[in-house]
Amino acid sequence: MSGYSITEPSPRQKWVAGALVALYAIITILPLVWIIATGFKSSADAIAYPPKVVFAPSLEGYVNLFTTQTRQTAEYFAANPPETWYERIVQSKGLTIAGPSRFGERFMNSVIIGFGSTFLSVFLGTLAAYAFSRFKVPLKDDLMFFILSTRMMPPIAVAIPIFLMFRSLGLSDTHAGMILLYTAVNLSLSVWLLKGFIDEIPHEYEEAALIDGYTRFQAFTKVVLPQAATGIASTAIFCLIFAWNEYAFAVLLTSGTAQTAPPFIPTIIGNAGQDWPAVAAGATLFLLPVMVFTILLRKHLLRGITFGAVRK
Amino acid sequence: MAEITLSNLTKRFGDTLALDNVSMTVPNGAFVVLLGPTGAGKTTTLRLVSGLDQPDAGGVSIGGVDVTRMTPAQRNVAMVFQQYSLYPHMTVRENLAFPLKSPLLRYDDAQIARKVGEVAEMLQIAHKLDNKATALSGGEMQRVSIGRALVRRPEVYLMDEPLSSLDAKLRADLRVELKNIQAQSGVPFLYVTHDQIEAMTMASHVGVLDHGRLVQFGTPREIYEDPVSVYAASRLGLPRINILPADLFAGAPSGARFIGLRPEQIRQGDGDESRVTRVEHLGDQTRLHLKFRNHDLITVTDAHSGLRSGDIVQITPDAPFYFDASGARVH
Repeated sequence: MSGYSITEPSPRQKWVAGALVALYAIITILPLVWIIATGFKSSADAIAYPPKVVFAPSLEGYVNLFTTQTRQTAEYFAANPPETWYERIVQSKGLTIAGPSRFGERFMNSVIIGFGSTFLSVFLGTLAAYAFSRFKVPLKDDLMFFILSTRMMPPIAVAIPIFLMFRSLGLSDTHAGMILLYTAVNLSLSVWLLKGFIDEIPHEYEEAALIDGYTRFQAFTKVVLPQAATGIASTAIFCLIFAWNEYAFAVLLTSGTAQTAPPFIPTIIGNAGQDWPAVAAGATLFLLPVMVFTILLRKHLLRGITFGAVRK
Repeated sequence: MAEITLSNLTKRFGDTLALDNVSMTVPNGAFVVLLGPTGAGKTTTLRLVSGLDQPDAGGVSIGGVDVTRMTPAQRNVAMVFQQYSLYPHMTVRENLAFPLKSPLLRYDDAQIARKVGEVAEMLQIAHKLDNKATALSGGEMQRVSIGRALVRRPEVYLMDEPLSSLDAKLRADLRVELKNIQAQSGVPFLYVTHDQIEAMTMASHVGVLDHGRLVQFGTPREIYEDPVSVYAASRLGLPRINILPADLFAGAPSGARFIGLRPEQIRQGDGDESRVTRVEHLGDQTRLHLKFRNHDLITVTDAHSGLRSGDIVQITPDAPFYFDASGARVH
C-alpha cells in the first residue's frame, strides 16, 4: 500500500481533521470545565481576577448548596465544636448548619418531571408514529402537519392561556401538570422523529412475523421496537434535554411543591451574597443526569441504522 | 395440509389490475408452480393466499374453510419471501426458532432446538446458527428464509423464488429436499419461479399467469405438450419454442397465423433447406441456430454432431402447434 488512495485519508488530511475536532472540543468543553471547576473553588477564588487556573479545591460550594446556614457566636462554637468535615467548612466562616436546603427536593422534582414526561412522550410518540407510518389514517398528511404546527411558535407564546388553564384545572404547581405540559410540547417532535425512523424499517419484517404466527401488536413489539431502538433512544434524549432544561414554564407554573431545579438554582445567589461556587455546584449536579442518560443510550445511538437482511 | 381453493380472486393496486378473476384449486399434497413474467400476478397470488393482502373481490378457502377475512396467523401458512425478510436483530438460530415460539405453536425449548437443528442441517447452515442474520451471504440468507418456513408444518407452503440466489449445486440439492418434504408431509406448495427446471421437475401442477389472468392450469406435461396459446407455450421449454409465420411451411390449418415449433417438433434430414448460423455444444446436447427463409430458429441436435456454421440442414415440422392472430391455439 503506497501513495494515493481514495478511501484512506492522507496523514496531512488526518492531521487537519484532528486539529479541527480538537479545536471544536475545546470550545465546547471549556464552559463546562469552567462551571465544574468553579464548583470546587472557595468563594474568594471564584471571583478572583485574573481567574485562577490552579486553586486549592474546596467543597464549600457543595456544602452551601445542600444546606441552610445561620450565623453563630464564638461562645456557641466553643460550646459546640464542629464534628464533621462540612460543619468545619461552615464554621470557618462563623456559620452553623441550620438544616438541609431545598436543592435535593427540587432536583428530585426535575427527575420525576423530566423522566416522566420523556417516557410518556416516547411511549405515545412511538404508538402514534407506528400508526401514521403503517396504517391508512384518514387525513394523514393534515394530521401530521397539525402535529408539527404545535411547534411553529415558541411554546412560551401560549404561556398565559396555559397558566389560566392550569389554574382552573388545579394543575398549577403539580408534578402531573408539568409532566403533561412537557409531554404535550415534546410529542410533536417525538411523533415526527419516530415516524421517520419507523418509515425506514421495511414492513417486510412485520409481514414475516405475521406469517410466523404473530399478531400485529406482537409483530410491533418483537420486530419493530427492537429495530426502532436507535430512533427511540435519540428521541428520548431530545425529549429529556428539553424537559430537563425548561425554565420559563417552570418559573411560571411551579413554586412550592413541584418546582424543578432550573428555576431553583438562580435563587441560590440571593441566599448568602453572590455564592458562585454553590451555583456552579448546582449546575454541575444538574448536568449529570442528562450526561448519564446519554451515555447509557450511547450503545443504541452508535449502532446507527441497521443494515437489514432484506434484499433490495 | 388441505386443499386450497382460490375463487374469482381480483386485486387492484391503484389503476393496475394485479389479479383478474383468478380461480384455481390446489389439491391436497399438490406442488403448484406459478409461471409468468414480472408483473403477471404471481407474488400477488401468494400474498392473497397468505392473508398479507386482502382481495378486492373473490375469496380463498383452505380445507373447505373460507379464510378470506382471516389473518395470516389464523390461516397457519408459511411463506418464503423473495426479499428474505430475516429479522436483522436476531441470530440465525433465533430467526429459525421465531415461528416455533409464536402463540400459534408454543413449542418447548427441546422441541425448538431439535427442529432448528434438523432444518439447519438440511439447508447446510448449521455452522452459521450463531451468526447475526445480517452477517450472511445472499445465498445463506435465502436458506435461512427457507428454513424459517420449513420448521413448521403449516396448511400450505408459499414460496416466492426461494432458490434464486443459490449456486447450481445447492439449488439441485434443495430441489430434491423440497420435493421430499412435500412428498412426506403432504403439505401443498404454491411456488413461484422463473426457473424452467424447477417448474418441470418439481411441479405436479403449473399455473400460467398473464397480466393477472390464469390462462392455463394443468400438469407440466399438459402445459408443455398442449399449450393453449403462444404465451403459455413460451413459458416452458429450453430452448424456447420457435414461433414463425404459419405459411412458411405447407399444411397449416385455416385460421392459423403462426406455427410453433419446439426442438423436438423439428425433424432434421428431410424437407426444406435451412442454413446453420451457429453451433453451441452444451455437452449433453448441441444447439443449432438456423436461418430458414430469413427467419431465425433454434433447435437441438445430437451431442456429437459434426455440423458447422454454414452447413445446410433440411428441416420439416413434426406435429407442430398452430396459433391464430391473437396467439390462441388452433387445432
